[in-house]
Amino acid sequence: MLLNQFLILSAVLFSIGVYGVLTRRNGVMVLMSIELILNSVNINLVAFAAFREAIPGEVFALFVIAVAAAEVGVGLAMVLLLYRNRRNIDLAGIDSMKG
Amino acid sequence: MTGFFLSQIQGLDPLTSDEVLVAQNVFFALIALVMILAALKMVTTENIVHAALYLVIVLAGAAGMFILLGAEFVAVTQILVYIGAIIVLFLFGIMLTKGSFGTEEGELRERNRMAVLVAVLIVAVTSGSFIDSFRDAELNRQAPSTTADIGDSIFGQFIIPFEAISVLLLAALIGSVVIARRDQ
Amino acid sequence: MIDLLAATTSSVTSIPLGITKEGNWFLQNAWLIPLIPALSFVGILFFGKRLPRGGSELGIAALLIVFLLSICTGFAWMDHRDNFHGEEISQTLISSEHGEHGEHGEHGEHGEHGEPSLAVVNTATWFITGGVEFSVGTLVDGPAVMMLFVVTLVSLLVHIYSTDYVAGDRRFTHFFAFLSLFSSSMLLLVISENTLQLLVSWELVGLCSFALIGHWWEEKDNSNAALKAFLTNRVGDMGLLIGVTILFFASGEMIPDSFGSFSIVTTNALASSGLLSHSTLLIAACCLMAAVMSKSGQFFLHTWLPDAMAGPTPVSALIHAATMVVAGVFMIARLYGVFFEGFSIGGSSINLMALIGGFTTLVGACLAFVQRDIKKVLAYSTISQLGYMVMALGVGAWTAAMFHLFTHAFFKACLFLGSGSVAHSVHSFDMKSDMGGLRKVMPQTFRTFIIGSIALAGLPPFAGFWSKDEILAGTGGWGILGGTNGNGSYTFMLIMGMITAALTAAYMTRCVYLTFFGEFRGHGHPHESGPRITIPLWILAVLAIFAGFLNLPKGFQLVPKSLQERFGHYVEPVAGYFPEIAHATPSWSLAIVSTIVVIAGISLAWNYYFVKVEKASKESGKSLTELPDGLTTRLTLARMGHTLLVNKYYLDHLYTGIITRAVKEPIAELAYRSNQEILDRTVDTFGRTAVKIGQLNYEKIDQNLVDGFVNASGRISSDSGEELRKIQSGKVQSYAAILFAAATILAGLLIVIV
Repeated sequence: MLLNQFLILSAVLFSIGVYGVLTRRNGVMVLMSIELILNSVNINLVAFAAFREAIPGEVFALFVIAVAAAEVGVGLAMVLLLYRNRRNIDLAGIDSMKG
Repeated sequence: MTGFFLSQIQGLDPLTSDEVLVAQNVFFALIALVMILAALKMVTTENIVHAALYLVIVLAGAAGMFILLGAEFVAVTQILVYIGAIIVLFLFGIMLTKGSFGTEEGELRERNRMAVLVAVLIVAVTSGSFIDSFRDAELNRQAPSTTADIGDSIFGQFIIPFEAISVLLLAALIGSVVIARRDQ
Repeated sequence: MIDLLAATTSSVTSIPLGITKEGNWFLQNAWLIPLIPALSFVGILFFGKRLPRGGSELGIAALLIVFLLSICTGFAWMDHRDNFHGEEISQTLISSEHGEHGEHGEHGEHGEHGEPSLAVVNTATWFITGGVEFSVGTLVDGPAVMMLFVVTLVSLLVHIYSTDYVAGDRRFTHFFAFLSLFSSSMLLLVISENTLQLLVSWELVGLCSFALIGHWWEEKDNSNAALKAFLTNRVGDMGLLIGVTILFFASGEMIPDSFGSFSIVTTNALASSGLLSHSTLLIAACCLMAAVMSKSGQFFLHTWLPDAMAGPTPVSALIHAATMVVAGVFMIARLYGVFFEGFSIGGSSINLMALIGGFTTLVGACLAFVQRDIKKVLAYSTISQLGYMVMALGVGAWTAAMFHLFTHAFFKACLFLGSGSVAHSVHSFDMKSDMGGLRKVMPQTFRTFIIGSIALAGLPPFAGFWSKDEILAGTGGWGILGGTNGNGSYTFMLIMGMITAALTAAYMTRCVYLTFFGEFRGHGHPHESGPRITIPLWILAVLAIFAGFLNLPKGFQLVPKSLQERFGHYVEPVAGYFPEIAHATPSWSLAIVSTIVVIAGISLAWNYYFVKVEKASKESGKSLTELPDGLTTRLTLARMGHTLLVNKYYLDHLYTGIITRAVKEPIAELAYRSNQEILDRTVDTFGRTAVKIGQLNYEKIDQNLVDGFVNASGRISSDSGEELRKIQSGKVQSYAAILFAAATILAGLLIVIV
């Protein structure tokens, strides 16, 4: 196997995740797309760990998983708060910072 | 790994290394295809519950990739944490915010052009640089990494980041409780 | 001290640290001392409310145990100091070329105090990461033992006092919990073995002072004062952090197979043996000095200290006498090798530390004159006395500084608790409007307050006299009738010290008059406080009288030689980790002159208050606090000076009005502008220009060129303008899109270029 096939897979997943973050109006969907991005990064990390036969890459993939869990927790709490205050989680409606 | 399973199924002697390689590549292609398709469906589907289920497929595919790369512990953690916990959390989030969007319709495509542009740009730049840097770099891992190695590494070399992560999780726990709590 | 012969023949491979691992049980187990109040903190926090006395009994019990332990540790140390002949631990070093100081005769030179003292060090590994071992441990030596005694005694008395003073408070339990934690963190700081531990306990002390100063946080002023104390201390804490880091890496250059060492003894030993570069030590010392300035209220970071009077009075006593503010002074004493070499204290006539200390002592004494609030007089007096200690350390009079810290703790705690007793009775701190004539109704408080004041003013034979006189002698600036042979000739510091002595005597006379003499100006019927307040006052007053005899000067003819300089003998380390400082010889003439100066200060103030004001108030028939036509009303210069002092040199205005605004507003302004003007205008201008160009095209060139081409270009520019206008939509995802695109393009450029 080539290293590149994993790297390019992760690049494609990453860009799909970015597309999701940029287009979806539902807050939960944006969070899910972020998970996709984090996963593609993990694939990248583990691929390099296998390439160099080094443990730290895998350890950091584990750290990323832990951070992702924390991020989802806080993110969903924020979405819930948003829902409670506005009765919807449409990100397109949140433009009070409009210049 | 996969080669071993194949040999069990077919009841043959262990495969030669060439055959293993072929099998690995076949599996890679399959999983990668499924992952990309599921990811595309996930970001485009109108039904948000379906999107969550597509995410499950992508995450499971990623776990398969980790096994292909010989990182079994990461793969197991991926399944436990992501599919076991995070997806459930997402489903709860979807249920609790239900009514705001059953499905998403219209206006979704407003930023479509720009998003596609950005996504393609990212793929182009990153893939270009990958191909440029690691043109024919082979992955020839001798043996999968053991859980013991990872444990040693986490509790030896990376003890401080590990402690930091634990504090981060605690902070996130408290933070999300505080954020989501209903004020009196 | 430099043995040149040895320097040429041998290179350094190890230096003696002056520490040992052996010792008495009490010296080995000093870690119990901070642990017990910490446990009491947890206990009070969880069970305090359910206990019959709201948790106070737990705190008092813990402090009593710790106080007894400290006394035992003190006696164990005295025995150890005189009779211990164990093995000394050395630090191996990288053999280096700059062995110019060589293996100097460390022990032989310490002849002044006789035998070297070996500090007892106990360490345990906390954790190891990246090849660096972080340890925790105790370093028990003279200054540590002295501080243990002072902190536990004052804290115990403050605990007892508080049971009456804050009785019935709505956060009674909470108050005692934090008193325990405060004592615990200060005790931890005192016996810290390494700078990291010092840093942690330093921060803990800051945190506890924040919690206690803001004890009555419902009032905005109090919570502001707490915040001010905390934030001002943060400024200095950065200095401590940087200084500790510098010292860590500096020591790493000398120790084989190591990045560095946090150990206080190693750092000190390396610094005082001249193995670390002077400029490194200077920078580290300056950084640490910033920490001292904020913690110990040195000019110009002293502004938090008077505001900290917002806390309950027992807390003020604890902060000012034994814990918080002396932490800075103690830190200098702990890392004295670094400061001594860094500021080149020996053989000089001025340096940063002595200058800051000397200036602070004057500034604080002047400010104490104009306060109406009795606690603020004492607060500025503390600033002034801390300046004295820092100045003493700056001129190399280490023992004198520690001795002054020791005596000051007693009389300042006595004065603070006395002022609390007065305030408890008249329900105010304002001397001018609510006090006066209290000597008749509060005889116990009055007597102890007078004792504390005399001790602070420094009249013989009270405690303050001996320590102040030692500092003045230690400046080495006294050249008349037999010089005092200090570490240098700091004549300037001697003059500042003398002026402060006169000022101190004068403002304490004013304070005593306004509080206890004349007629009562307040409302209600003041009464003497209960025994839980007066007994601690008397204990402290007795110590304020007699503590000075612990360090009778060398060569003092009236007492046997075995009673001279006992404090210096037991407290000052004579070891590898302590620089070799010279000791000033006491001088009768200096003592007499300084006493005359103090008496002059008292009589000036006496003349003004006890004679003139008293007479004026008899004539007018009401109790006055100043002459109706005093200096400030007659002389413009004096009035200007008074205004300057009342406004505290305008430092607070400088900090909040000018510096904070100068920093805060431009940033806000910049952010606003970059949003409004740059982004908006760029987008707008871009769009508008594009449209304009399009129109221009349409109007001017359209006639001459192919219609379709021009139309298209016009439309494209117009559209692009419209598109770009959308960027400023306020929608997060649009911003994210731009962010991702820009990041990717930049990454692409980087790859192409590199």
